[in-house]
Amino acid sequence: MSDEGTQHPLKIYYIMWVALFVLSGISYWTDFWDDGLLRTSAILTLMMLKAGGIVWIFMHMGWERLALKLAILGPPVAILVLIGLMSLEGNYIEDSRLENYGESTMEVETPGHH
Amino acid sequence: MSEAVLDSGAEEAPGKKGLVDDWSRDKQVFGVPWGKAMMWIFLLSDTFIFSCFLVGYMSVRTATVDPWPNPSEVFALQAFGHDVPLLLIALMTFILITSSGTMALAVNMGYRRNRELTFWLMVATAVLGASFVGMQAFEWSKLISEGVRPWGNPFGAAQFGSSFFMITGFHGMHVSAGVIYLLVIAFRVKRGFYENRPGGYEIVEITGLYWHFVDLVWVFIFALFYLW
Repeated sequence: MSDEGTQHPLKIYYIMWVALFVLSGISYWTDFWDDGLLRTSAILTLMMLKAGGIVWIFMHMGWERLALKLAILGPPVAILVLIGLMSLEGNYIEDSRLENYGESTMEVETPGHH
Repeated sequence: MSEAVLDSGAEEAPGKKGLVDDWSRDKQVFGVPWGKAMMWIFLLSDTFIFSCFLVGYMSVRTATVDPWPNPSEVFALQAFGHDVPLLLIALMTFILITSSGTMALAVNMGYRRNRELTFWLMVATAVLGASFVGMQAFEWSKLISEGVRPWGNPFGAAQFGSSFFMITGFHGMHVSAGVIYLLVIAFRVKRGFYENRPGGYEIVEITGLYWHFVDLVWVFIFALFYLW
């Protein structure tokens, strides 16, 4: 059974390897873009593509049976709920801080490099 | 682990039918070696740990009214007379990807029973992993020398330091553990420890699962902490 996923030719690994380099290169490039919806969605899309490739090809998940796929990839979906709740909570805390303590008075330095 | 438990004799159906069969037939649910199933379950629990860290980071970053330090400037390095943003982080990313490739090849060579090549590919993976940890140590000392602490930093919100040290520290610990794990298994492969064992070279795939997971976590840290 695990043979199915292990006897395939090396080609698919090389393709995945190169794809990871290209996708990471583009991810790094986004750091030079202007902030905005385009950059944010590019970061997230590239992140999901890379993660999917690693799990599917390098970790052989694509060749596993549905029972294992669902047992491992199903539970993390619950994290989306946590992300939603904590993002609401975070915004609420920020609003109440602004309302009760006002704007930040922190003085910050620009990072200098030596 | 007897073969009779693994295979009840019936042909295994694919897809949804197979899902029902796997859970309802009187047999082991996951048709994979137990070590592999347990590694996956461990990695699932680790997924939750890292998710909690990253969600915690998102919460404090959203909630603070202080300006968030710009990671692109904080992690810039001087090269060729310019400040290059995220230079070291990009390098660390490429090193980890390279090590992922060598690991994938090691798994394949293990199943082909090419012990010598499996050994060297695993050692290469470990060396790349160790250089990743070394660069992270450099990154940490650079930030610490600039006054970044878990409780505050000169560049903005105090939560930056606590998130940074906790998330990258925990990830670095995983990489370090992975380097040790890889070397242990690599030397066992070299001296033929797995030659006559029932599981054979599955262990290389299981080690590979752990290593790819470490790379997977870095993908999320890179996108959500450094680029965001």
